[in-house]
Amino acid sequence: MANTFKNLALKIKAINQRYSEPHIEMSKGVKIALVALRIYLLFLVSLMVYKFILLLQ
Amino acid sequence: MNFFSKLYYRLRKSWKAVQLYLVIAGPGLVVMIADNDAGGITTYAATGAKYGYNLIWFLLILIPVAYYVQEMTVRLGAVTKRGHAEAIFDGFGAFWGWFSLIDLMIVDWLTLVTEFIGMTSALQIFGVPPWLTVVGVISLMAMIVINGRYWTWEKIAMLFCALNLIYIPGAFMVHPSVSQIIGDGLIPNFPGGFNGQLFFFLMANIGTTIAPWMLFFQQSSVVDKGLQEKDIPWGKFDTLLGSTLTVIVAIFIVIVTGTVLKGVEIDSASQAAEHLMQTNHYVGTFMAIGLFDAGLLGAICISLASSWAFGEIFGWAHSLNQKIKEAPWFYASYFFTLITAGLIVLIPNAPLVLITLFVQVIAVTLLPAALVFLILLLNDKKHMGIYCNTLSQNLIGGFIVVAIVILSTLYGVSVMFPTLFA
Repeated sequence: MANTFKNLALKIKAINQRYSEPHIEMSKGVKIALVALRIYLLFLVSLMVYKFILLLQ
Repeated sequence: MNFFSKLYYRLRKSWKAVQLYLVIAGPGLVVMIADNDAGGITTYAATGAKYGYNLIWFLLILIPVAYYVQEMTVRLGAVTKRGHAEAIFDGFGAFWGWFSLIDLMIVDWLTLVTEFIGMTSALQIFGVPPWLTVVGVISLMAMIVINGRYWTWEKIAMLFCALNLIYIPGAFMVHPSVSQIIGDGLIPNFPGGFNGQLFFFLMANIGTTIAPWMLFFQQSSVVDKGLQEKDIPWGKFDTLLGSTLTVIVAIFIVIVTGTVLKGVEIDSASQAAEHLMQTNHYVGTFMAIGLFDAGLLGAICISLASSWAFGEIFGWAHSLNQKIKEAPWFYASYFFTLITAGLIVLIPNAPLVLITLFVQVIAVTLLPAALVFLILLLNDKKHMGIYCNTLSQNLIGGFIVVAIVILSTLYGVSVMFPTLFA
């Protein structure tokens, strides 16, 4: 069992290394799109957290 | 004589084209028809019951919307020979890759639960206990994939796609008024004015037409089938045919419930089937069979979408052309998601309604990201070469993506805060 988790952790590390650098050309448009996506997702997650707090109350 | 030889030549050429299409047909048809899954059937049934034929024009608009989004996955898959998950990891790095993969896993698993809810509720109408449905469905799906051939899996899936057309005879059996369908349904209108409830229904219809798993599924399916760049025109045709068929089926569901159940509050497709049985036993039966088929087709595709994505990233063998021994992790993840989703439905008092709502909210976090990545990847000249998006494709695709992102976000928000648009 411990071996399986160890292997999984190693595999994830290898994946992170393999894809550490984005291979798409990082033009200005791509950068703007990715920043907008991060802001959008932050907004959504904040809404979900707010809803969760409302449900708890 | 010359005329007959020319006719023979043309017929032979056309027949060869049909034969070629039949070889390539599959990913587009299956993904688009599977899009009419259990949740989709419920949405269309509720739309017809609430607004009659009045929103048919809106469904027609969804044909090009679905086509333009999905055809991009055909090009991306055929050119790069990579699934969508792998393309995101490679194109945008590990952060966005993991985000998409984990989000896809959650959305797919929750959607699978909703497919099982649809299938069990459909067969309960015929007196089949839920446990038997779950066991039967898992056994059936095991038999479909276990033979180790993509071709066989695809043709069986296409048989279930054909069963999805059951709503068409059902609609003829309720004798709808054709003039009313044309008058009310084909001219754009907003029944009762543009209010919050109507907006919710429009958003729900868009939400069921474009789902995140579809992008991942079709691209991986194109790769697993081995489509080449030369096959792209047929792949596009396949997608166009699929998107047209899926909307036609949706329209016939709206016609059935719009004719028989107009004014009745519908919460689920199984409830619609039970109501229909009271007025026309056969139409109600068709609705229940169609709901089961839709859930099954959805489950077949969704469970594969996750397994393909994991296989691509973890480097496991991940093809339906491989036997269980050759691709153990691929099949293990396939059966794990399937069995756990089925078991959830069998838990007494499980929060199934909450799960159904949660799917819509979580899907909103993945869909915009997957669509934006799709457009950006299709503009990557280095990998896409001549199959890169043209200006007009970018304008159309960009407009559709922005519209879907806005509407699906509003839909997700309205599910979380139901009174917001009231």
